Amino acid sequence: MDYSQFLAMKQEIGLLVVFLLVFLYDTFMPQRSGKALPVFTTVLMLAATVAGFFPCLLGTGSMSAFAGMYETSPIVCAIKGVLNIGVVIVLIQSYVWADSAPMQQRRGEYLELTLLTLFGMYLMISARHFLLFVIGLETASLPLATMVALDKDHYESREAAVKYILTAIFSSAVFMMGLSYVYGLSGSLYFNDIAVNIASQMSPLLIIAMVFVMAGIGFKLSLVPFHLWTADVYQGAPTSVTSYLSVISKGSAAFAFLVILAQAFGTIYADTWEWMLYALIVLTITIGNLFAMRQRNMKRFLAFSSVSQAGYIMLGVIAFNVTGMASLVYYILVYIFSNLAAFGVIQAIENATGKLSMDDYKGLYKTNPRLSFAMMLAMFSLAGIPPFAGFFSKFFIFTGAIAQRSVAIYVLVLIALINTIISLYYYLLVVKAMFISPDECVIPTFKSACSERLGLWITVAGIILLGIVSCVYNWLSGIAVM
Amino acid sequence: MFSNILIYFVVIPLLMLAGLALCKNIKQIRAVAVVGSLALTALSVYLLVDFLALRAAGDTAPMLYLGSWEWFGPLNINLSVGVDGISIAMLLLSSIIVFAGSFASWTIDQPKEFFLWLILLSTGVFGFFISIDLFTMFMFYEVALIPMYLLIGVWGSGRKEYSAMKLTLMLMGGSAFLMLGLIGIYYHSAPVGAERTWDLLEIARNGSISTGWQYFLFPMTFVGFGVLGAMFPFHTWSPDGHASAPTAVSMLHAGVLMKLGGYGCFRVAIYLMPEAAHDLAWIFLVLTGISVVYGAFSACVQTDLKYINAYSSVSHCGLVLFAILMLNTTAMTGAIMQMLSHGLMTALFFALIGQIYGRTHTRDITKMGGLMQIMPYLSVCYVIAGMASLGLPGLSGFVAEMTIFVGSFAHTDMFHRVFTVLACCSIVITAVYILRVVGKLLFGPVQDEHHRQLTDATWWERVSTVTLIVCVAAIGCFPNFFANLIRATFTPEIFTVLGLN
Repeated sequence: MDYSQFLAMKQEIGLLVVFLLVFLYDTFMPQRSGKALPVFTTVLMLAATVAGFFPCLLGTGSMSAFAGMYETSPIVCAIKGVLNIGVVIVLIQSYVWADSAPMQQRRGEYLELTLLTLFGMYLMISARHFLLFVIGLETASLPLATMVALDKDHYESREAAVKYILTAIFSSAVFMMGLSYVYGLSGSLYFNDIAVNIASQMSPLLIIAMVFVMAGIGFKLSLVPFHLWTADVYQGAPTSVTSYLSVISKGSAAFAFLVILAQAFGTIYADTWEWMLYALIVLTITIGNLFAMRQRNMKRFLAFSSVSQAGYIMLGVIAFNVTGMASLVYYILVYIFSNLAAFGVIQAIENATGKLSMDDYKGLYKTNPRLSFAMMLAMFSLAGIPPFAGFFSKFFIFTGAIAQRSVAIYVLVLIALINTIISLYYYLLVVKAMFISPDECVIPTFKSACSERLGLWITVAGIILLGIVSCVYNWLSGIAVM
Repeated sequence: MFSNILIYFVVIPLLMLAGLALCKNIKQIRAVAVVGSLALTALSVYLLVDFLALRAAGDTAPMLYLGSWEWFGPLNINLSVGVDGISIAMLLLSSIIVFAGSFASWTIDQPKEFFLWLILLSTGVFGFFISIDLFTMFMFYEVALIPMYLLIGVWGSGRKEYSAMKLTLMLMGGSAFLMLGLIGIYYHSAPVGAERTWDLLEIARNGSISTGWQYFLFPMTFVGFGVLGAMFPFHTWSPDGHASAPTAVSMLHAGVLMKLGGYGCFRVAIYLMPEAAHDLAWIFLVLTGISVVYGAFSACVQTDLKYINAYSSVSHCGLVLFAILMLNTTAMTGAIMQMLSHGLMTALFFALIGQIYGRTHTRDITKMGGLMQIMPYLSVCYVIAGMASLGLPGLSGFVAEMTIFVGSFAHTDMFHRVFTVLACCSIVITAVYILRVVGKLLFGPVQDEHHRQLTDATWWERVSTVTLIVCVAAIGCFPNFFANLIRATFTPEIFTVLGLN
């Protein structure tokens, strides 16, 4: 056996080491030192993130393990690094919540499950065989249901967990149903073999298989019409878990989706999934936006906003080229920073006052100018306003999509662009509540915790710098390969 | 990078932003605003002089002070700058209006935030005028739009929330079309196989956008910029937006921001896609013709001073686009002159309206009258602005409109003739609404006895109005100087691209 193949899995191994250390610390250290556990985890994750970047920056080619079931390449390392950064921010933002009285008993579970689901996402991203992919998918989904239920004293949290696990299981079933057809048609579960074997045999069965496969992943990404669980789960879950769900879980699924479609089904791009994805994107962006307009609860609001954002991310998939891939990873990175800035503000306010409604945000600028400023930047970045990072990521993902140069794609991008105006409307509603609405000032002036401020500083710095400082995108562009 | 003079048009506003962040009280904020805008004005005057010297020395390149720095290499996006006579005229206009606007908002509430957004807006404006890379141009364009939302929403009056949202969404809607058009241009910017580019000059040189694609991309970009140029039927944001905006914002918006639309239509839509411009001009001529006449008629029946000027802006800005679409040197020169003239005189109008409103707390002309007896200085200024607007010789309006109509009449076919005559009618209608306001507001009997206690302009208000009046008169008295500055731009090269006279 060639042990050098484990080197390819250095990021997974690093993550497992982090997990084991956290687990041992949680199990064997005395109860009173549990307070340091989140910080301990963050530091280890940070180390793993930094370590994971290094060979990637040096630009090694792709490596595979387990007879080609697992594959890694610089862009794969990059997306894992991006997810790691997101997880570090999520962890920092969750300190206050993890320290709250009901959570003290469950602090360890929260951290360990977070790391485990992340491990599952790594496998989804790196899998080049559907068996490994399904293992990753389940590892990433099932523990998430437990995380959603962590606020078990709240009815909504338990309800959300049930909804989440039922949809997760159902979508896995649908997905594997599709896989069985694919296996029947191609005789293999290796992505490369599938691509070769199905290229010549377009059949109704293949289209049905594609429908099932896309529906299965559609659930995970909450693409319309598979998005119905999103709002309730996002609202019911603890806010830290919601932010994890909305950025990390979504980002990893989007990249995994790109890999599957490009590698396993790339040969039947124009015949099948281009049009399916086309319809999904139009529906996702439009319906996500239309529903977001009417939301007053901030978490529900961001749930629908994240539904429509997933539609924009899918533009990078339908582009089916290197620019699209680089833009997709870049979009996910920017989206992580923007959305986590928004969630950071929501968490800070929730922890201090328990308020979650947009109506309570009225006059926030008068009482908490810095928080409102951070929220405004997050909203502008999500809406794609320059000079913030969101503008660049939207522009590049559109540019990548239009490289197809077909009229249909122009129409698709136009629909997406018109939708950015709708999204601008509801993002501006938040800005309006904070800055313009007549003084009601429901939320008093408060001092947010050190960790919350640190999280916001990091995300705000990211929002401002990721776009203007072009080296991030240029680097991603350099390592992206289809 | 910093050896290029143009970069300082963006660097100075950024330094002003940094300075604002450190300010402790209103005096420091005023100092930053005045010093910064003076520096910008000085810079643009220096640029003008230097540019004329270079031209006199025989430099006939279409754009001078070129500079390009790589930004997003994989997509070939660069930070490219360069100016010609038109850009310089626009930079001069912008810096003067920012200067006047700083004085017009001398006593604003929450000054720090206000100037923060105002200067961010002007960063976008200056950046737009110096860019020749489509991506950076578009980026600065959007940077200039979004601060309007907060400026109107927080500091505005009347139905400010509604107007701010309407304005932002409509302008951003325009820029959605624009973005699609620009990305489309990028993908057709070079012959198949060659490296694509966002650089305006290179795209024009390559001329590789096929006529079919031009028919698609030209309307996208023209409408995209046209929304900001208040082209009918996309002008409806303008009256509400102007009426609700605070004084300095109305000044900047009508004076500078709407010029971004006209400038963009010329620089991107027509310059890069001349064939489509030639073939499709009639559609937009009809639309802008409607803007011109309809805007003027609407202004006649309004009773709110700001609405009157907002509709008058629709009419005058419509004339800018109308003249650009005539596609000949004379009319286009007139269009640029009209941009300068309208920018200055509308800024003057809005400054005066703000100052009158600040005293009487009403903008309804039926509730005011006889202001000439009460505040003679402001009233005289108002008359001067009005005269400029209706095209009195010696002031800027006459020169611009005269040039435009002479240029338009050069077309001998029926269609152009009819629309030119229609557009000419707007001059008469303009006289009607201007004289109506002047008669009622300034010379009628005093309507409200409380108004007799009001005082005349303060020194900072005088600085702001005098600056603008001097400039309006300068264009009116020395039109040739400006016309030559602009005309030098319409070099033979551009017209070979346009394929016209």
